[in-house]
Amino acid sequence: MKVLAAMSGGVDSSVAAARAVDAGHEVVGVHLALSAQPGTLRTGARGCCTKEDAADARRVADVIDIPFYVWDFAQQFTADVVDDFVAEYAAGRTPNPCLRCNERIKFTALLDRACALGFDAVCTGHYARLCNGVLRRAMDAGKDQSYVLAGLTADQLAHALFPLGDTAKAEIRVEATRRGLAVADKPDSHDICFIPSGDTRAFLADRLGSRPGELVDEETGEVLGHHHGVHGFTVGQRRGLGLQKPAPDGRPRFVLGLQAGTGTVRVGPAQRLDIGMIEADRPVWTAGAPDGPVACVAQVRAHGGCVSAVAEAVNGRMLVRLREPLRGVALGQAVALYRPDADGDVVLGSATITATR
Amino acid sequence: MTYLDHAATTPMLPEAVAAMSQALSTLGNASSLHGSGRRARRTVEECRESIAEALGARPSEVVFTGGGTEGDNLAVKGLFWQRRAADPRRTRVLASTIEHHAVLDAVSWLADHEGAEVEWLRVDGYGRVHPETLRAALARDPNSVALVTVMWANNEVGTVAPVRELAEVAAGYGVPLHTDAVQAVGQLPVHFGRSGTAALTLTGHKLGGPYGAGVLLLGREVAATPLLHGGGQERDVRSGTLDVPAIVGLATAIRHAVASQLRSTIRLGRLRDELVDGILAKVPDAVFNGDPGDSVIDGGPSRLPSNAHVTFPGCEGDSLLMLLDARGIECSTGAACTAGVAQPSHVLLAMGAAPAAARGSLRFSLGRTSMAADVADVLDAIEPVVSRARGAGIRRVAAS
Repeated sequence: MKVLAAMSGGVDSSVAAARAVDAGHEVVGVHLALSAQPGTLRTGARGCCTKEDAADARRVADVIDIPFYVWDFAQQFTADVVDDFVAEYAAGRTPNPCLRCNERIKFTALLDRACALGFDAVCTGHYARLCNGVLRRAMDAGKDQSYVLAGLTADQLAHALFPLGDTAKAEIRVEATRRGLAVADKPDSHDICFIPSGDTRAFLADRLGSRPGELVDEETGEVLGHHHGVHGFTVGQRRGLGLQKPAPDGRPRFVLGLQAGTGTVRVGPAQRLDIGMIEADRPVWTAGAPDGPVACVAQVRAHGGCVSAVAEAVNGRMLVRLREPLRGVALGQAVALYRPDADGDVVLGSATITATR
Repeated sequence: MTYLDHAATTPMLPEAVAAMSQALSTLGNASSLHGSGRRARRTVEECRESIAEALGARPSEVVFTGGGTEGDNLAVKGLFWQRRAADPRRTRVLASTIEHHAVLDAVSWLADHEGAEVEWLRVDGYGRVHPETLRAALARDPNSVALVTVMWANNEVGTVAPVRELAEVAAGYGVPLHTDAVQAVGQLPVHFGRSGTAALTLTGHKLGGPYGAGVLLLGREVAATPLLHGGGQERDVRSGTLDVPAIVGLATAIRHAVASQLRSTIRLGRLRDELVDGILAKVPDAVFNGDPGDSVIDGGPSRLPSNAHVTFPGCEGDSLLMLLDARGIECSTGAACTAGVAQPSHVLLAMGAAPAAARGSLRFSLGRTSMAADVADVLDAIEPVVSRARGAGIRRVAAS
């Protein structure tokens, strides 16, 4: 196959590209420039897409002997990922930009361009297993990234290659060293790549300014305080609420819900965070929508948050009844569904959470 | 391989390689006083004299540098500092909008750090500065101008500036004009004395010489403040031990490039016309950018004979470049930056092109080793490559 390897300059995508070469594919490496003003040098483990990262990717391409280019996707990335991220927070939701980037940039904008230019597949360093169009969790449970890929359609998956799914992360570093790749010891990237400071609140405040509102007790309706915008909060958040007055029963209070229209942040005790039902829209059913209720495991955040559930496709949406309650599920996150399997749980589909009860 | 990126760098002339290789095995610091030093000095001075003769300059006007970027920086900053020191009112810098980044960024640095006021000289749709534009900018307040800088021939679209006329206008107001002639030497008749310019930058690797070696021709009466301080080897304007082997290679290449200029201007011009006509026949909506090259400026063509710059509507330059590269055809999208991201060309934007058109352009540049077969290779490939890139250029509505 002709394979386009997306190369961030990190150890995972580097080894993935090398493995694609070993598998006999004709591989071309591409580094996506996602920032209009890339920094010169990387700062710590946060952020990516600096010129240094591009240079790291280029050196890996040299070593594994493949052509290498830098493609500018900064405009699409800003429009489809960064602007969406800000708009979602402004609307009182909690988006997952990595998932969005996979869906819109890597496996739409990049994949479309790759296919049009004659490539058969896009290869990335994600930890997930993909065989005959079936997407499964990675062998390394701690690194599994199937959650951020669960929104890919069957068509997108048919043109994807994830060569790392059957290997533990630690072994990937060893392999990078064995292959002589200088990125073998490069730290993993954390947090959100387009917020190098790691301060999401400040990033949002810069773009959204102050949108004052009230913190209201869910049970009594009492106004407990004021805040500068719902974008400063996430459902399930306990710290940083700035409440002077403790709850009458002395129990900690959590963010239960956000109303962007009125600017209201509803707070209350932990047990009110428990939900048993998820409604989600824009569903992707990897192997087609089921005819009736389907038993599965639902995952509501990138790491953890898994419970057994029964899911159903209803009027183009996804309803997920949880068999045990989940705590602190934020709107805007994705719910991914899995069928447990000894060879790696199989992804059934994914959708964006719009309501919980 | 079909190499059509000679404007980025061109193969070294075999005679220059031979001369430089021999010089690499020869001992001697040109500043030493003993026999080896005197022999090295003699070699340098012979090179200086031959370069001066080839380019219509005096030997004392040849300042050896580390290449085009250094020459441009030394001229722009050095002239600015010197002229302002002589008269503090001189803070204006007049520069064309289509300069190479070595000039553009040096000028911007002066504006950001030295209180310079930059006045960007507009260009026409071909990318040419008109003498009237310069005259108007000077006339507004001639005593406030430190220097003018306008490139002799544009590296992206190949348009040649009326340098002699521009220098005459500047000289009429007593203002020095620097010209970046990196692309011009060897392709156009370049005579420093007759050009009337105060300073002229050239570099070795664009004309068959080595990398990292260049010359700033600096008029005898023109003073410049140095960037590099030290031994003062070059007229006290540039310090650093002279790189004798590189100077030998450079001088050999310059002599050859100038001696064969007329012949190569004619040969490359014909080859370029075949390439452009062929591309336009295969891709009828392609647009040939810059001056058509039909007129004469200062005894040479009005466009670099080697340069074909073409916009392919609906294509990303990146896609075109990769597809051609996969077929062994090497060209350029214009200007590359360190991360390798192709920005829309500031030259095309200054000429009035839309950003999308600026991104969908390729530069093919011919050189000494280019043959008819190279043109044929491009013409064989261009139609399928453009149609494939066009497919990739039109983005589908995002899924989900």
